[in-house]
Parts: sequence; C-alpha cells; structure tokens
Amino acid sequence: MLVSYQWLKDYVDIKDLSVEETAERLTRGGVEVDMLHPRSEGINNVVVGYVESCERHPDADKLNVCQVNTGEQTAPIVCGAPNVKAGQKVAVAKPGAVLPGGMKIEKTELRGQTSEGMICSLQELGIEQKLVAKEFMDGIYVFSDEAAIGSDAVAELSLRDTVLELDLTPNRPDCLSILGVAYEMAALLDRGVQHPSVTHGQAGESVKDYIAVQVETPNDNPYYGAKVIRNISVGPSPQWMQNRLTAAGIRPINNVVDITNYVLMEYGQPLHAFDLDKFGSSDIVVRRANADEQMKTLDEEVRTLTNEHLVITNGEEPVALAGVMGGSFSEVQDDTTTVLLEAAYFQPTRVRKASKDIGIRSESSIRFEKGIDSGRIEEAAERAAKLLEQYAGGDVLEGTVEVDHRPTENPMITTSSAQLNKLLGMDLKEDDILSIFRRLRLEARVDKNHIIVDVPTRRPDLEMEVDLAEEVARLYGYDNIPTTLPAGTTTPGSLSPAQQKRRKIRRYLEGSGLHEAITYTLTSSNRSNRFQLQDVPGTVDVSMPMSEDRSKMRTSLLPHLLDTVQYNRNRQLNDVAVFELGSIFIGEKESLSKQPHEKQVLAGAIAGMWDVQLWQGEKKKTDFFIVKGILEGLFEEIGLADHIQFHRSNHTELHPGRSADVYLDGQTIGFIGQTHPMVEKEWGIKETYVFQLDVDALLAFTANALFYETIPRYPSITRDIALVVGEEVAAGDVQQVIINAGGDLLHRVSLFDVYQGENLSDGQKSLAFSLVYLDPERTLTDEEVSKAHDNVLTQLQEQVNASLRQ
Amino acid sequence: MIERLKELGDEALQEIKEANTVKALEDVRVKYLGKKGPITEVLRGMGKLSAEERPKVGQKANDVREHIQEKLDEKSAELEKKALEEKLQAESVDVTLPGKEIKRGARHPLTAVVEEIEDIFIGLGFQVTEGPEVETDYYNFEALNLPQEHPARDMQDSFYVTTDMLLRTQTSPVQARTMEKHEGKGPVKIVCPGKVYRRDDDDATHSHQFLQIEGLYVDHNIRMSDLKGILEAFVQKYFGVDRSIRLRPSFFPFTEPSVEVDVSCGICKGEGCRICKHTGWIEVLGAGMVHPHVLEMSGFDPEEYSGFAFGMGVERFAMLKYGIDDIRHFYTNDIRFLDQFKRA
Repeated sequence: MLVSYQWLKDYVDIKDLSVEETAERLTRGGVEVDMLHPRSEGINNVVVGYVESCERHPDADKLNVCQVNTGEQTAPIVCGAPNVKAGQKVAVAKPGAVLPGGMKIEKTELRGQTSEGMICSLQELGIEQKLVAKEFMDGIYVFSDEAAIGSDAVAELSLRDTVLELDLTPNRPDCLSILGVAYEMAALLDRGVQHPSVTHGQAGESVKDYIAVQVETPNDNPYYGAKVIRNISVGPSPQWMQNRLTAAGIRPINNVVDITNYVLMEYGQPLHAFDLDKFGSSDIVVRRANADEQMKTLDEEVRTLTNEHLVITNGEEPVALAGVMGGSFSEVQDDTTTVLLEAAYFQPTRVRKASKDIGIRSESSIRFEKGIDSGRIEEAAERAAKLLEQYAGGDVLEGTVEVDHRPTENPMITTSSAQLNKLLGMDLKEDDILSIFRRLRLEARVDKNHIIVDVPTRRPDLEMEVDLAEEVARLYGYDNIPTTLPAGTTTPGSLSPAQQKRRKIRRYLEGSGLHEAITYTLTSSNRSNRFQLQDVPGTVDVSMPMSEDRSKMRTSLLPHLLDTVQYNRNRQLNDVAVFELGSIFIGEKESLSKQPHEKQVLAGAIAGMWDVQLWQGEKKKTDFFIVKGILEGLFEEIGLADHIQFHRSNHTELHPGRSADVYLDGQTIGFIGQTHPMVEKEWGIKETYVFQLDVDALLAFTANALFYETIPRYPSITRDIALVVGEEVAAGDVQQVIINAGGDLLHRVSLFDVYQGENLSDGQKSLAFSLVYLDPERTLTDEEVSKAHDNVLTQLQEQVNASLRQ
Repeated sequence: MIERLKELGDEALQEIKEANTVKALEDVRVKYLGKKGPITEVLRGMGKLSAEERPKVGQKANDVREHIQEKLDEKSAELEKKALEEKLQAESVDVTLPGKEIKRGARHPLTAVVEEIEDIFIGLGFQVTEGPEVETDYYNFEALNLPQEHPARDMQDSFYVTTDMLLRTQTSPVQARTMEKHEGKGPVKIVCPGKVYRRDDDDATHSHQFLQIEGLYVDHNIRMSDLKGILEAFVQKYFGVDRSIRLRPSFFPFTEPSVEVDVSCGICKGEGCRICKHTGWIEVLGAGMVHPHVLEMSGFDPEEYSGFAFGMGVERFAMLKYGIDDIRHFYTNDIRFLDQFKRA
C-alpha cells in the first residue's frame, strides 16, 4: 500500500509531524512503513512553459526547435519528442536545472541550434513508465490549460511529496485506504478524522427507472448497490487527481476510471463503472458462473470460468468477474455518456478463488479478499457520484438500487480491565482502557465489571478479547509493558538422551578432523536413488517442484556430500573431509498414504590427503583404514565398540575390494568404503571414501553402563606369534579364532604386522599377533599360559590352516 | 716431605685446571691419586720419618689428597655441564617452524547457533523437542489457526507432496503436536529447532530451505510481560548484557497479540548504522501470546491456560553473529567457509 503524505493530510491533522515522524508512529503502532519514497528528490528549476511556436529543425528530421515562454522570457529549446506542438503547456527544465539521478541541464547547441533547456517527459521527472498515461508514454508531458506559465512544474505535478510504502499484515485490511491509515494515525495521536465531501445534486429521474438488480447467491454477495450517472463526458481527470493516483501507483486513464480508482484508494472500496448503453440490458444479475462459461475481460483475454466463480451479468452473459475485473464490451470508453456505478461487497473467499484461478490480482481483488468495510460502501459510492458530477459533468440519478443482506448488528466483544491486565501483565485502570477504545473509535460501554465493545465494520479483524488486548497494548505502547518472569512451576531443562548422543557424534567427528556440512534435502530424480542404506520402496516427491534439481526428498545424504567434494575440487580444494547428520525420507511404492518415515542418518565423504606436514615431508593419503578408524572411534565413543562388525560389502556403488558393510549385533546399519571408480568418474572426483550409518539404529541401542574395571595387580605374560595363512583369509577371522581359543586367560590380542612377499610362497601372507595373558587374581605360571597358547595354535591350524612362520 | 706434598698438590691443581675433557681429567686423577701415584709414593716413604713427623706428614698428605679430589669433582661437574650444554645446543630446533597440525574439523555455523540457543533455553528450563519435516496440512496450518482459504497462507507458499502433506513451512507444528501430547496439562516449555521449506528462489537473502527455532511456554497465568522477560533474558545471553529489546505490533495467525522483537544494534549501540539500516534496531524474532483457538485445538482450556510462543530464523542469527552476507554460503559447504568456524 502506497500512501501519499500530502493526501493523508486531507483527513487527519498531522501538520506538526514530519514524514519520518509519521512513519515512525505508524511502524511502532503496528502498521509497518517499509520505505519512504520522496517523489522529487533533487529536482529543481523545472517550470511550466508555453510552446509559442514549434518548427522542424533545419538540419535534423526528428528534432523541433520550439520557442518556449517560461514567464520571464521566451527562449529556443530543441525538442525531439514526437508529440510536441505549439500551444502546449509543458514542463521545462531551465539551464541549471537538476533532474532525478543528478542529470544537469545546461544551455547547449544541437546541430547548430541553440537550446536553452529541455522539455521533459514524466519519466525524466522520475515517474515510473508504467504510471505515465498512455498518451504521454512516448513523449513529453502536456499540462492542462489551467497550469500557470512560469509556475513550478514540480508543485504542479504534486511531486513535493513523500510516499509511505506500507508493509501491511493480513489482519489490517482497514489500512488499505488513505482514510483507513488516517483513522490509524488519529487513534495513535488521539486526533479527529475529516471525511471528504459526498454531497452532490440529484437529476430528476430515479435510478429505479433505469435498472434492476437481482442477486442469486446472497452469501457470495451480501450487498450490491448500483447508481446511474448520465450525461458524462469522458476526458482527462484533473491534474491533482492524476498526481495522487500516480503517487498511489495507479496510472491515470480517463476521468471516469480515475474517479473509481481514486475512491478505491481513498475509501478502500472497489468500484466498477460500466457503460450502461453497452451493458446490454437493464437487469443486473449476480450469479455463480456456469461450468466452462466464457467471458472476455478488460484485458481482452478470454477466461473460462467454473461455478466456483461469481459473475455480474446482464441477465444473459457475464459483464464482470465479481471483484476481480470487468468485462470488455461494457467498458467505459471515450464515447461513454451513461455510467452504471457498482459498489458492492463480495465474499472474500469467492474473490480469492477467482483471483487465484484466473491469475489476476487487481487493486480490487486484493481488497475484497482481505475484507472491505461493509459499512462504508454507500458513502464511497456517493463520493464517486459527487466526483463524477464535478469532474465528468455527470448528472447523478436519484437513489441507489440495492440488494442488501448484510448483518444488521455489529458483533460485540465482552472483556474487562481485570482480564486484559491479566493477559498483558499490566495494571491499567478501566478509564485508561476506555480512553484507548475511544481513540480507536470503538464504542464501548461498561456493565458492572465488564466492558462491552461494539466492533465497527471497519475492523473485521477484531473478533475476540485477545484482539482487544492487542489494541490496548499497541496503543498503550509495548515499551510500557513491564518485564517479568513467569511465576509458575519451575522445570529442569534438558536434552533428550538421543539429542545428547547426536551432539556427541558431532563433537567426535569434528574432533576427528571432519567438517560438518549441511546440504539441501530436496534433490533431483537421478540423485534420489543413489547410495541408499536399504531398499527404498519409493521416494517422497514434491507435487509442483520449482525445478527438477529440487523435485524429490533425499533418500541418502551421500549424493549431495559427493557434490560437495566435487564443488570444492572444482575450486582446487582437493582435500575434503565432511560429514552430515540429517534426515532421509522413505516413501511408499504407490503415492504416499501417510507421513513418510524420516530416518536420521550420518554420512561422510573424505577425499585427497588426510595428513600433510609439508616441511617435514610427511604426507598421508586418505585410505580405507583412516575412515574405518574414525568409525571405530565413533563406536567406542557411544559405547558400541563390542557390538560392531565389518564384513565385505557388495554395494555396487562402492569399490568391490575396498568396502564393507557395518553390522550392529548382526544387523546391517550402514556401509563404508571407497566410491566405485565409475561413480568417481561420474561425479568428476578422485579417490573418495564414504560412509553412511543409520543413526536411529545407533541411538536405539543402549550401551552397557560404564563401570570401572580393576587395574590388574599381577603381571601379564605376552606371547607374540607370526602366522602364515592363505592370502584370502581375513585377519578379522583369524583374530576371532584366537579370541575364542584363548579362553579366560587371554586378556588382549592385537595385530602388529601384515606381510606378503619374499620368503613366503605365492598366495600366502603372514599375520603377526601379540597375545597378552593375564589372571587378575594371581600370578600366572608358564605352564598355564603354554596350555592356553597351545590351544590357540591348534585351533588356528584347524580352523584357518594357519602355521607358525619359521 | 711436606714441601714435596705441597708441590705435588700445586702441580695437580694446575693440571686439573688445564684438563678440558673428561678423559684428560681422568688421567689427572689416576696420575695423582692412583695407587702408583706420587702421593702414595710419598706415603710409602713415611716409615723413614720420626714418630713426631709422621702424623704431620700423614695429615698433610690427606689434606692434599682431599683438596685434589675436591678440585677434580668441581672440574668434572664443570666439564659435564659444558658437555651437556654442547649437546643441548646441537639438539636445538627452530621454534618458529610450524607445529604438527592436529586435524580438526569445524562445527557448521548453523549447528553452532542452534546449540547455543538450545543451551540458553535449557538453562531457562525448556526441553528441546523435534518434529517431522514432512508435515500434514492440519499441523502445519489448521492447528495453528490458519484454516483453508486463510489469507495468511499467502505469506508462505509451500512445497506440497500430496494434497494434505507438505514440507513444513515453519517449526510451529511441533507446538501443536507437543501440546496434544500434554493432554491439556501444563507447563509446556519447549524449543523446537528444525529445517523448514518455502517456495523461494535462492538468492543472497532467500533460501528454499532454512532453519527455524520455535519456542513455546504454556502454563497458568502466563502474561505478555513474561514473554518480554524471557525474551530479554535470552537476547542478553545471546547478544550480550548491554543489549535491549523492543516489541513492535505484528501479526501471526497463531498468536494474539503478536509482536516483532527488535534487539538494539550492537555495532552502533543504537546510534544508527548500515547494519541496522540506520534505525538502531535489528529485527530478530517474531512472538506473541498463543491464540486461544490454538490452545483449544491442542487440548488446552484457554480459560485456564495461557502462553506465549516465539520463532526465529537461525540463518539470520548466524549472519548477524558472524557478519555473513549471503545465506547461500550455509548450504554451499565451501571448505574455505566451513574452515573458519573451528572455534564457533
């Protein structure tokens, strides 16, 4: 909503406030002024000049040399506008003038002809192209005859003004009019409101002799009023009105249309003017459109309607789409003499539906959708009639044809000072509250301890006691509400165990050298089925995606993490180590029947060098075991180390020899590995290691409580063995054999060497383990250890065909 | 004989003085104090002395011996010290060379902000609660007093996945869900962080995906002044004790009265600068008293209970805190960006 400060001053006395102060008051009161637009910033020395003569430039086809009288003198000005003519009053920027954007006008010569200034278009004076009347769009602006020669053109165009751009919240449609904003200012300042004049003459005839109105669905249209104005002569509207419309962001068209728009801005009441002679009948019928009914709107587009839409018809065919846009054939044009003026209340939902379906948002539809003041329709209609009489030479026929189904009584809200104080935490007296209601022009009466408020049609947003509380608070001032802390029960705040564990996971991974990434949840079709943890029966798809790239919910975090590796690689950032913890979304085979399963997943992608200490010549490339080590540390961190196993994976997107599935007590919960070289090629990345784990499964597992284990008081005995096994034998399996065979005395086993090559036959490898034997209760004897150790060796021989390396 | 001992003593001291290596010093020791040394020699010849002289010479010989030993020890300590110094000198490093880097990752700035805010509210007695990102129309809109056709639905065009499910446009549905779980009994004190989605084209200030934190406090006798108190406590913990808040009337369908909360600008201290657009204030969150319809729909009796709710954009807090000028940085995951938040 654009509000001209000068226009606003017509209805409320704010002379003592600057524009900035006015804006501040409104903003603090709840009507946010988003921006101030001074209309003539920087313009000076532009006056109204009279073109005494206009002749073709001797040396240029498209230029004219005009003699222009600017009051003090007549001087030549070269002008290239196609519409310049002798006898016009025009805006002249004199030498020394400054135009918007800082352009300076000087006396100059154009192809040998002296030019003492410039004849300006409205655009050159800072008015947006879309607000310039069509006839002046491609040329200079021409004033009406009344403009005084030599007078200030900026004043003539009312450009010494500032426009307040309001950012209105949906609950304040009352401020979609200048008068509405005046009411708001008046309430904030405790001042009066001056309504414009609506008195006009009456032609002898009655409007009832001309037209009849019938409303088929009164719920859609609780009020329809029609007036007729005869003997109209269509022409330009007065300069001041054009100026104000321009300030309000509306292009002037002709006096009749301008007047309906002017009253729209003034009262917030949309009006429509039909040419009654072209209307096609004298019966106005308001009804739902028929299915597939067609009509051509003002913009010459043919619209196909449904029976969800409300139309104004001449008894046969639609002449307007109610509240949204008029029809083409009954439009007011230059030859119109009889105007049918519609002032109505259309149901917000009905207009919203039509506006949305047809895709038109007009100044009218915006206001109907949000709810106009149903109590001021007649006044607005009379105001328009008055202006048509005054500025379009019309004769207003007596009366209005009306169909009125509006409620006869205003809603009431009962409250009390005690209730309002309780809600706000304040201590206001009843008189203070009544005084605020008076400023807001809400009629209130006191009945014992209650205050009963009669809600005016102007404020349909006031429905309940809390709405009144807001009115009291904002007028009294939020700064004046005290600051307290709740008095009730105190509660301990905390994170849930799952939330704590997720924080722990993040902290651990950060500490291990991985950066946390956050990527987008929405992804493309060809990213949405990659690197999945489990079979996904279906994806969750956005019905109307903004782009293919953001059309599905992710089912894995890895595709976007690989994108992250690629993004950084494209910027020569080859060493990337990132993780993400977030949700994936599991859909159904067919379309969704219930909310999708949202699973918390942890994933990571690591590429390039893991460790670089350049000056010491140390470099360590990321490999499988670095990433595995990180995960093992993570499992230890959350108490799962003893429950995790790694087994070779057959995930097709991973390197077949460098990948493993991760098991938690026998259940797969994720995978780890190098991405398959084909995948790396596809993504345009180099050797990259990834992992993805089901966090919900990790969090669901309750680790044993942490209990301290006695530090051994007796010495342990260590036996190191080097085994020779077939190269296909997994070290983990060998270790498991040792653990099982070692019995209670075997305290710890660790692998300390893996060797293949010289001194070993082909197809064999050597694994060296260190076995630590310990009895916490006493000192072990050599015989006891040897017995246990021999069993280990026997079992190794039997189960994995391992022999001691000679 | 005494003379001879004295001479020997002086000679020995001179040689000790001249010995510059551990080896040379050892040679001196052997030479003078060894079994075949001159002092032993002298003592051997003591038999020839008179009974009177004998103790005197013995005494002198011991004195000389002790004196030499003392000097030997001194010199030896000195030489060891010197040798150690040389060794240490040889072992010295250039302390200005860079240390071995410990590989450390960084917390994502959005996580850092979420956790900081969570912790402040945990300190104020709130629980952290989460909810689904794919939400039903009912919880996302209707339970929050936004029935079908409500004009405020215009404010947030959404990603629908079916006719009645969408990517949540706000974290407020968690409010409704949590209140339902409480079955009409307070207090409810929660903050709900999470991802939300709106149909916006991504640019420097818009993102189709972003993070919000919603807060809710429902109990008997909760007043607007309590909302002011809690938010002031929060703002001063997050932004600093020298900051103040101001409330401006606003509109949200699920609260009434509704307010925008501004915090005084920390850059210019309220004088007006580029950051606060010359107003001295920065808008940081929206809040209000829970609308009676919302309480009622979630099973709370508005006659008995009242409450307040607030919501804030995590990206906005992060941008203010770290001076980040483009919201897209948060989701691009450029290592050069992430790397800067190791101490966040």
